[in-house]
Amino acid sequence: MSINHLVSIADLSDLQVDSLLARAHEFADTTPRRGDLGSTPSACVQMLFYEDSTRTRTSFESAAARLGYSTCLVTASGSSVAKGESLRDTVLTLQASVDPTVLVLRHPENGAPAWVAQGAWCETAVVNAGDGTHEHPTQALLDALTLQRQFGRDGLAGRHIAIVGDIVRSRVARSNALLLPRLGMKVTVVAPPEMLPADIAEWGVGSSNDLDGVVSEVDAVMMLRIQKERMSAATRLDTHAFHAAYAMTTERAARLRPEAVVMHPGPMNRGIEISDEVADGPRSLIVQQVRNGVWLRMAVLEALAVGRG
Amino acid sequence: MASGCAWQCSRPWRWAVAEVTASPAPTLVVVGAQLAGSPETVDIHIDAGLITAITPSRAGLTPPGAQVLHADGALALPSFIDLHTHTRDPGKPQAETVHSAGCAAAAGGYGVLHAMANTTPVTDNPETVMGVWQRGRDAALADIRPVGAITIGLQGERLAPIAAMHDTPAAPVLFSDDGHCVTRADLMRAALREVAAFDGAIAQHAQEATLTAGAQAHEGDPARRMGLPGWPAVAESVIVARDVLLAADTGARLHVCHVSTAQTVEVLRWAKARGIAVTAEVTPHHLLLTDEFIATADPVYKVNPPLRPATDVHAVREALADGTIDVVATDHAPHEDSAKSCAWQDAAMGMLGLETALAVVWQTMVGTGLIGIDRLVEVMSAAGARIARLPEPHVSVGAAARLALVAPDSPWVVDADALHSLSRNTPFTGLSMPVRVLATVHDGRITHAHERSAG
Repeated sequence: MSINHLVSIADLSDLQVDSLLARAHEFADTTPRRGDLGSTPSACVQMLFYEDSTRTRTSFESAAARLGYSTCLVTASGSSVAKGESLRDTVLTLQASVDPTVLVLRHPENGAPAWVAQGAWCETAVVNAGDGTHEHPTQALLDALTLQRQFGRDGLAGRHIAIVGDIVRSRVARSNALLLPRLGMKVTVVAPPEMLPADIAEWGVGSSNDLDGVVSEVDAVMMLRIQKERMSAATRLDTHAFHAAYAMTTERAARLRPEAVVMHPGPMNRGIEISDEVADGPRSLIVQQVRNGVWLRMAVLEALAVGRG
Repeated sequence: MASGCAWQCSRPWRWAVAEVTASPAPTLVVVGAQLAGSPETVDIHIDAGLITAITPSRAGLTPPGAQVLHADGALALPSFIDLHTHTRDPGKPQAETVHSAGCAAAAGGYGVLHAMANTTPVTDNPETVMGVWQRGRDAALADIRPVGAITIGLQGERLAPIAAMHDTPAAPVLFSDDGHCVTRADLMRAALREVAAFDGAIAQHAQEATLTAGAQAHEGDPARRMGLPGWPAVAESVIVARDVLLAADTGARLHVCHVSTAQTVEVLRWAKARGIAVTAEVTPHHLLLTDEFIATADPVYKVNPPLRPATDVHAVREALADGTIDVVATDHAPHEDSAKSCAWQDAAMGMLGLETALAVVWQTMVGTGLIGIDRLVEVMSAAGARIARLPEPHVSVGAAARLALVAPDSPWVVDADALHSLSRNTPFTGLSMPVRVLATVHDGRITHAHERSAG
């Protein structure tokens, strides 16, 4: 199986989604380590990060290393990027010097990876590692992988997940809202009105302002990080009120169904959207999500590298 | 180059200009043209910038030494009048200048441009108005009529010296903060009152600011899929509704720039039925392109107001056909490559228009049977002349020799690199166009001739 670019979940056919997840399950079952799958670099992964990242960056790097691919990292600080080099110039420069097979791009602006991928000058496969408030497709895929490993490969149909928190600024919510219904899940986004997108009715998922009304009905809860850095000055967050109504507190977690799980894409604001007890408790899949991210990104990088022959 | 200014205006531009302005308008005969509404082929005799005779083809005498322009059966229409051009002059000579905009205008069949005020410095004072006007005269490719700003620095806070700008030899009639909406109703009302004194008009860029903060594309499914903040249709019509009421209140003339939505068309219909002095323009790109192009992620499609869904496109076409929208205006907005070779949200808004306008209007309006040649002349020339208080253009004896020779059944493919604009941001690259402007005559001079028909 090969894919050309991974910019949006919408780029993937159902068959491609299934194939990526199946390959990720194989990696999760066999847990390949560095060098297990090849010792001579057969592909090169260029990481180009215009925003801070720890888990996504290291996850892609670890995935590449386990596949036997080489990696190169350029971040917004400490490079020409900080000197105002345009995104196209940066990509052209990296193509000329590193000649990557795959470009993993994180950018603060919605649509930047899509724009690079469509350029006639773009010679690499592009993976969107998060663009502004738009999409984060590998996160959604790793969440789906995590849910499948919890509930079974064919166990997602009919399951109900609540995605809770700052929906309007969340690329994770957007990608999951595109992906999880395709796997048969019922999705409800839960947020205070000012954190719901104005066009939520067009998303094709349920929405609610009442977490307490939803919490006892779901099989999984995905808590999102409050993104203070993406909030405008006018949008003041009343942390106490938010915590009272929308945090996954220990008390609220006690009302979850017995088998229900709690997820979080990280990094967590402990004590704001999730309590320590829940984050570290038996329902938490948060560490598994990180682990599964490596297997999923191996599958993605492999499919893109195959596509580039 | 596939086509060129007749006197081969290769760089450096200034040198070529000096030569042209030094020579008197020659005696010229346009041989073998057709006039709108007539099957006969005629020769158009031109002397000292005026049409002196129109005779059956080849029957008239060609004075010795006269220049001959072979029309090869092309339609001789009055050259076009654009109410909405961004010349980027002063301020961005790498994107466009008054001179290069004049070249693009001539190539598109235009004889008059209205240069928008969002230059650097802003055209909000008599000196800048005169500078733009003077550079236009120097270029002598088309009449460049400055549009004065409504507010100082386009800031929407203090009224610009509108009367003082109008009192210059350039005598602007249209005033606009285009690129910015005049949001404050008190300023809009005061500006309307001021232009009413000399029968001017306020050209409003209708965009309610609080509904479009950070907007990147039409609020709809394509923008949603790309994660781009939306520009809702109602943000346009809500301002137009307010402004037609202010126009009624002041008795002044309101002109609505670049109408893009069906809702705005409805408001205009209501206002015109009430006898309110409102006119409106539509751009060629809003007649042809839809917001589906957002999916390409190519910022060449980023424009303000944004490309709209097909229902809006059909609504503005019908409005242009039935007179609810009066005129086609290009909103020609050149941008240097770096302003478009970036991610969508970083990219500048706007697209080229002058050199493709006729072809797009032909394709969307004439080719579809929505309008005939008479209405085409109206929306490309006559209506613009009335709105800008210019003499009505005619192709008739005694009239100024301002002609666009339009060759139907002469398809061509748009190539951004072959355009005369200094910028390349046309959304029509690769598109096959049904008609071409064979030549343009401006006050008796050939300002554009395809494949050097000039003899």
